[in-house]
Amino acid sequence: MTALLHVDNISKRFGGFIALDGIDLEVQPGERLGLIGPNGSGKSTLVNCICGTLQNEGGAVRFDGQVMDGLAAHQRTHRGVARSFQLPRPFHSMSLADNLRIPLLYTVHARLGPLRSAGDLDARCLELLDMVGLVKKARQMPRDLTQVEMRKLELARAMAAEPKLLIADESMAGLSHSEIEDILALLVQLNERGITIILIEHIMSAVMSFSQRLAVLVSGKKIADGKPEDVVRDPEVVRAYLGQ
Amino acid sequence: MTEVNTAKFALIVIAIGAAVMAFAHWFNVDYLFFASYTILQFIVLSTAWNILGGYCGYVNFGSAAFFAMGAYSSVFMHKFYPLPIPVLIVISAIVTGVAGLGMGYLTLRLRGSFFAIATLALAVVLQTLVVNWEYVGGSRGAYIIRPESLAFAGITINYIEYLFALMLLLAVLALVTARVIERSQLGFGFATIRDDELAAEACGVPTLRLKLIATTLSGAFMGMAGAPFPYYIGYLQPQSAFGLEYAVNSIAMPMIGGTTSWVGPLVGAILLGSAQQYATVTISSAVNLLIVGLMLVAFVIIAPNGLIGLVQERLRRRQP
Repeated sequence: MTALLHVDNISKRFGGFIALDGIDLEVQPGERLGLIGPNGSGKSTLVNCICGTLQNEGGAVRFDGQVMDGLAAHQRTHRGVARSFQLPRPFHSMSLADNLRIPLLYTVHARLGPLRSAGDLDARCLELLDMVGLVKKARQMPRDLTQVEMRKLELARAMAAEPKLLIADESMAGLSHSEIEDILALLVQLNERGITIILIEHIMSAVMSFSQRLAVLVSGKKIADGKPEDVVRDPEVVRAYLGQ
Repeated sequence: MTEVNTAKFALIVIAIGAAVMAFAHWFNVDYLFFASYTILQFIVLSTAWNILGGYCGYVNFGSAAFFAMGAYSSVFMHKFYPLPIPVLIVISAIVTGVAGLGMGYLTLRLRGSFFAIATLALAVVLQTLVVNWEYVGGSRGAYIIRPESLAFAGITINYIEYLFALMLLLAVLALVTARVIERSQLGFGFATIRDDELAAEACGVPTLRLKLIATTLSGAFMGMAGAPFPYYIGYLQPQSAFGLEYAVNSIAMPMIGGTTSWVGPLVGAILLGSAQQYATVTISSAVNLLIVGLMLVAFVIIAPNGLIGLVQERLRRRQP
């Protein structure tokens, strides 16, 4: 089986600081991958390089058989990579429904040709909001939402682009236990629909229950990659997290 | 709210314009045309500014440069090969549209105040160029002798009425364009740029291309507003064409009216424009910018989202 995402030896530096140092990563279609690492280990930089927010300096990113290096973020979204942001970044001046309208107009519309009518577009917005349980707040503004609702909106907006790969960047940080369960259930449900998911998370219980495979970044290098239960026992991983 | 489609909207605006024209004609006071022309010109300028500044959130301090570029394109053509004003308007639109595209390409990597300063610098550079360009009058300025009247298809019309009618058409065109943008996919894209560019890109919005469309459109409309200006004023010099009042007014008017809708610049331009005309006649022309400054300060404090924002807030509160 060919990998959906193929990250080949990519590197990225900010001035003298090496943020990513020759990372290799493969993600199979339909897989649930957990990506962990201490703060500043390069997780978000890796996400940014995959999504095109940053351009990697060395190596290559291939997605769905196409080379993505040099493509702008929106072009990668069109090809099927979607992400949620670590801190939710809703469009503040738009209602929840309109927030979801953007990827529908600019990505789905561009990819599939015209969504048949304005009615179809509205219906799809509501359907997506229903999926995350926010349909009653469709007319409200993002500022009226709670933290967990904001995360759900962020995920719904990423989903609206109908991606093949969803990268959830710390979508559970700062949430309560039951709220984490909510988000996890949502992610599993998306995965069951055939969407490949990379979950970046600090909350180990969530990562362990979600991931089929776990990769660990430390100081811009991948130090482990494999079955979650094996990886957490890996002496190098234990050392990176707990010190010697 | 019942939806009004674009064709109907255009007809309504044209009807209002025709009524204004008929009213002014009936009064038959040239001053009325002079004063209203200025207000209409500011409707075009502030609507143009709002396409980039209000919809996309990129503050342009260089409106005067685009306005002057339009005006000087007319002066150049007047000397080089005189053409009717409607043609000059099209030429100015092309010149300033291209200039807007160029400016966008050079400066759109900058954000916030850095972008604003870059646009201000553009105005300074252009003014220096024009001051040193003898062909269009240099620092002395250029005289354009305006005909008394215009004969068209057997009817003679007063030249100032003709200029007024042209500017009225431009204002209609600008408002219809702004309203169409607002309700289109383009308008939604512009709003995402204003809210959060990173998130916009992640949603598939080609932000750079959209910003270039905005600078081009905005520049073109500002140039169109400037094209008939030499004929209106009769004597064009760099200081008046690059005047501070154009840069300040085209920012202040949308801010006072409200930047998120086409109504804002219209309301702001009518309000502020009339206040300035009134002050010019009754007090002195120097009070103009003082009025703008005071109103801007007042509105930033009382209604940061402009008059439109104030009304919308009221309506929202009334709803359960």
